[in-house]
Amino acid sequence: MLLDVRDLRVEFRTRDGVAHAVNGVNLSVDAGETLAVLGESGSGKSVTAQAVMGILDSPPGRVTGGEILFKGRDLLGLKEEERRRIRGAEMAMIFQDALSSLNPVLTVGAQLAEMFTVHRGMSRKDARARAVELMDRVRIPAARERVDDYPHQFSGGMRQRIMIAMAMALEPSLIIADEPTTALDVTVQAQVMDLLAELQRELDMGLVLITHDLGVVADVADRIAVMYAGRIVESAPVHDLYKAPAHPYTRGLLASIPRLDQKGRELYAIKGLPPSLTDIPPGCPFNPRCPMVRDTPCRTEVPPLFEVAADRGSACFFWEECLHG
Amino acid sequence: MAELSKNDEREATPNVSEVDVVDAHSETEAVAAVEAPVDRGEPILQIRGLKKHFPLTQGILFKRQVGAVKAVDGVSFDLYQGETLGIVGESGCGKSTVAKLLMNLEQATAGEIFYKGQDITRLSGRALKAVRRNIQMVFQDPYTSLNPRMTVGDIIGEPFDIHPEVAPKGDRRRKVQELLDVVGLNPEYVNRYPHQFSGGQRQRIGIARGLALNPEVIICDEPVSALDVSVQAQVINLMEKLQDEFDLSYIFIAHDLSIVRHISDRVGVMYLGKVVEIGSDEQIYDHPTHPYTQALLSAVPQPDPEAREHRERIILTGDVPSPANPPSGCSFRTRCWKAEARCAEETPLLAVPQRFQGGDTPANHESACHFAEEKDVVHAA
Ligand SMILES: Nc1ncnc2c1ncn2[C@@H]1O[C@H](COP(=O)(O)OP(=O)(O)OP(=O)(O)O)[C@@H](O)[C@H]1O
Ligand SMILES: Nc1ncnc2c1ncn2[C@@H]1O[C@H](COP(=O)(O)OP(=O)(O)OP(=O)(O)O)[C@@H](O)[C@H]1O
Ligand code: SF4
Ligand code: SF4
Ligand SMILES: [Mg+2]
Ligand SMILES: [Mg+2]
Repeated sequence: MLLDVRDLRVEFRTRDGVAHAVNGVNLSVDAGETLAVLGESGSGKSVTAQAVMGILDSPPGRVTGGEILFKGRDLLGLKEEERRRIRGAEMAMIFQDALSSLNPVLTVGAQLAEMFTVHRGMSRKDARARAVELMDRVRIPAARERVDDYPHQFSGGMRQRIMIAMAMALEPSLIIADEPTTALDVTVQAQVMDLLAELQRELDMGLVLITHDLGVVADVADRIAVMYAGRIVESAPVHDLYKAPAHPYTRGLLASIPRLDQKGRELYAIKGLPPSLTDIPPGCPFNPRCPMVRDTPCRTEVPPLFEVAADRGSACFFWEECLHG
Repeated sequence: MAELSKNDEREATPNVSEVDVVDAHSETEAVAAVEAPVDRGEPILQIRGLKKHFPLTQGILFKRQVGAVKAVDGVSFDLYQGETLGIVGESGCGKSTVAKLLMNLEQATAGEIFYKGQDITRLSGRALKAVRRNIQMVFQDPYTSLNPRMTVGDIIGEPFDIHPEVAPKGDRRRKVQELLDVVGLNPEYVNRYPHQFSGGQRQRIGIARGLALNPEVIICDEPVSALDVSVQAQVINLMEKLQDEFDLSYIFIAHDLSIVRHISDRVGVMYLGKVVEIGSDEQIYDHPTHPYTQALLSAVPQPDPEAREHRERIILTGDVPSPANPPSGCSFRTRCWKAEARCAEETPLLAVPQRFQGGDTPANHESACHFAEEKDVVHAA
């Protein structure tokens, strides 16, 4: 297993109290595999990714428990210096907003070349040649002429491709992409996802794709983990989950999106709102919104991740009913 | 809510879109047959040749115009009573500018906007004010479109300052509470501030404000784009319910093509300031004839992993050209895989393509392409 996150817990100490952003998350990704992490705003997707990358905003954030095994080693036990070496060289991250993650006062060529001079000790001339090569590889037209341009001189889609180039530069074994196409138009999104998938295949990388788009998941993922209030509530191979969800939250999400290929009837709407992370309800965190809720045990006990099949889990006491109903 | 339902005697709007297209191919004939006899009556809005060119200037002391951003460049369409017209297209194609022109927030460079037969681009003063009451808008961003220092009551009641005839002073609070109730918020909340509400609740506040003056047309510019999936469904359902209740006509702008299909009776596709294809939802989604529409639809990721190997993807190369310097002829030709010499010379007009004219086929709708042909890109082969 390339990445194996076990029972990860993260808290934020804020003025309004302690926000329990991640409450016992288990995830794993193999080389060459794409795991989608799906969830609504505030469910803890980005915080999980930041903890894995070691770039958590701390304070106020703090990992309070769990293990992050990367190639068998627990990253939480490593010194910052060692983690910095791994970051970039062995695992890299792609963010939603390329413009704010690229340095606006450096040319893209300089930023790409820096990866090679800093991590690989290359000469500036060689590094620059590699930068052009990379820009070519992510299909920036006229890369040789544009290597000295600044980020704002590129379109949104090109900037996102440059971010991908930067993440790929050192051929890491794991990429975490946090909503990499959310800010892009569909036709550009298709170009970028296509490119990401192609490079992943070529380099046999593990990919963790964070998204709230059930369409994107269905298009590219092998497996999916659904997050709710800082927990994984369902985890399954993509085909199985879309065919028959084993958690009422997943079922609700699938029913609430309109379809492109037919005119549907009235949309199903999950009632209410996700809980505040400073005030997660006792028992199952989904219980105030759940159409299948029963007073016991749903309102008193936190459901563990039940094994639904060898490679499937659901954090619902009544997963069987959900799966077959 | 008696005052709000002004159109109880409305005829049932013929809703073609309720035909449930399970398999587009086998039902093609049925759909076309239902569609033909629809009589929508007089349009409530008629847009003709609408243009908005923003001047590009150079120089600091003496500004001189060096060109123009052709944000909207000759747009024509109709909106009928009680229907929803969806407008889709990529970022920068001019959707919001169309909305602003219809709201009179921008001055048109050319063209006409007829509201019940009257050209509102030529109205001013009292006459304009009277018309504007009937056309309202709901904005995209529930986080920035509400003034954080005003109470919800003041926000929703603000339109009454301009149109006191709708709600006399003493009656306002009651009116606002009614509106809160209509959009599914607790009427007790009138003294709260926007930050005390979630995104979906704020969007409901924006909708309540849009309804305050009993308008006939509501222009919705990306009303649910900022919301989570589960909350999106709540707001969409609310908008559909209100439309039925008050016989509203919607122009619904969004970049999510699935949501637009869900809510719209007809859909217009925009590219670089122009409408390139327009028709009923079945015509556009199941029988698109314009290459751009086909590329757009084929790129939408669908929530069906079984279909991923069987769907054709048209991956466009290149970027959208600048609206300050659009290509000659067909503005899509720089990215179109079907472009020929004629496309650079002759601008294709938005019309029913000759070969489909009069034919009993769903391809029989307006499309601005010299080589329009049907291609289903949405349903897996
Ligand atoms: N820097 C921070 N300071 C305080 N709290 C934080 C911080 N970052 C995250 N949180 C808390 O963690 C929760 C989870 O945030 P996270 O960014 O992981 O959500 P997400 O699932 O990525 O949502 P989105 O889809 O909106 O990006 C937030 O609701 C917030 O309460
Ligand atoms: N006030 C302005 N001055 C100059 N150019 C403008 C102005 N407003 C809009 N534009 C330009 O007009 C074009 C159309 O913009 P518009 O906001 O209508 O696009 P849109 O379709 O709503 O895009 P999005 O999906 O990103 O909201 C863009 O190129 C934009 O940069
Ligand atoms: S455990 Fe109970 S409340 Fe939670 S999802 Fe299952 S049925 Fe619903
Ligand atoms: S007119 Fe020509 S360039 Fe334009 S869409 Fe049709 S085939 Fe393509
Ligand atoms: Mg996030
Ligand atoms: Mg816009």
